Amino acid sequence: MAVENFAIEASHIMMFARAIGDANKIYSDAAYAEGTDVGGIIAPPTFAQASAQFDENYRLRPKIGKPWMGSGKEATGIAPKTEGASDDAPVGMGARGLHAEQHFEYHRHMRPGDVLSATVKPGESWEKHSKRAGVLKFSETVTEYRDQTGELVITARSVGVTTEKAVEG
Amino acid sequence: MTLSAANLSVGDTHSEVLVEDLTRTQLVQYAGASGDYNPVHTDEKFVREIAGYPTVFAHGMLTMGMTGALVTNYVGDGTLTKYGVRFVNQVWPGDTLTGTAEVTAIHTDDGQHLVDLKLTTVNQDGTPVLTGTATARVKP
Repeated sequence: MAVENFAIEASHIMMFARAIGDANKIYSDAAYAEGTDVGGIIAPPTFAQASAQFDENYRLRPKIGKPWMGSGKEATGIAPKTEGASDDAPVGMGARGLHAEQHFEYHRHMRPGDVLSATVKPGESWEKHSKRAGVLKFSETVTEYRDQTGELVITARSVGVTTEKAVEG
Repeated sequence: MTLSAANLSVGDTHSEVLVEDLTRTQLVQYAGASGDYNPVHTDEKFVREIAGYPTVFAHGMLTMGMTGALVTNYVGDGTLTKYGVRFVNQVWPGDTLTGTAEVTAIHTDDGQHLVDLKLTTVNQDGTPVLTGTATARVKP
């Protein structure tokens, strides 16, 4: 993901924590958080994923005025326009793509007020054969999230897989 | 809560029910919060007619997020140094997920006490949907 201004905000952290069903007050109650060892609100461990909101070309978000692959009257399957999409958009997460692995290394935990930028490096890619899903194509990306001072905050490694056939269960 | 190395043993476990009867609404909620609007997670018509799945299914990152809550409930806030998972089976609406963290090592690195965990999240049939590992700082 090409992300330049991933502004970490308390309300976004609160909504993300609600979505993952995490009632921990460290993500929503500033007064409580100030009284803990951590000393303030932090982001949940998987919050870096929400940087997709700040990737202008993220292909899994409808773009204003552009066709979208999801259904209206019909399930069109119209793919989002790929022209201009970042080459490092998550690989293998379209209709037949799945997320295979995700790894985070925390140099510190994100806090409201941080403004992160991310740089992505392609990693390895490989293939496997599966009776259930046919040919599986795996590819890896490594994303470094740095704060406004250039300090490394999180290193993320993601593996996407595309399958030949839909996989049920 | 932050764990202490002195009170931990290899083989200790911590389990929690992560979600009971996962709803499609929670998938919509996660799509909105994370920004991942892939219609396979929220659009029944798309997922049946175009993607070829029987119904919508959860974002892998939602399962990782819910499992992350179990990990931080166990090790404490702001102490994780590493957290990584594999998504080994899909998670569907109606699933009830249970996560378990098991202590695999207690060690020190550069004077810092650390605990290594093995993570497994299973569905109501006992089928693993996520496996992984985590490392957290602990008190001596």
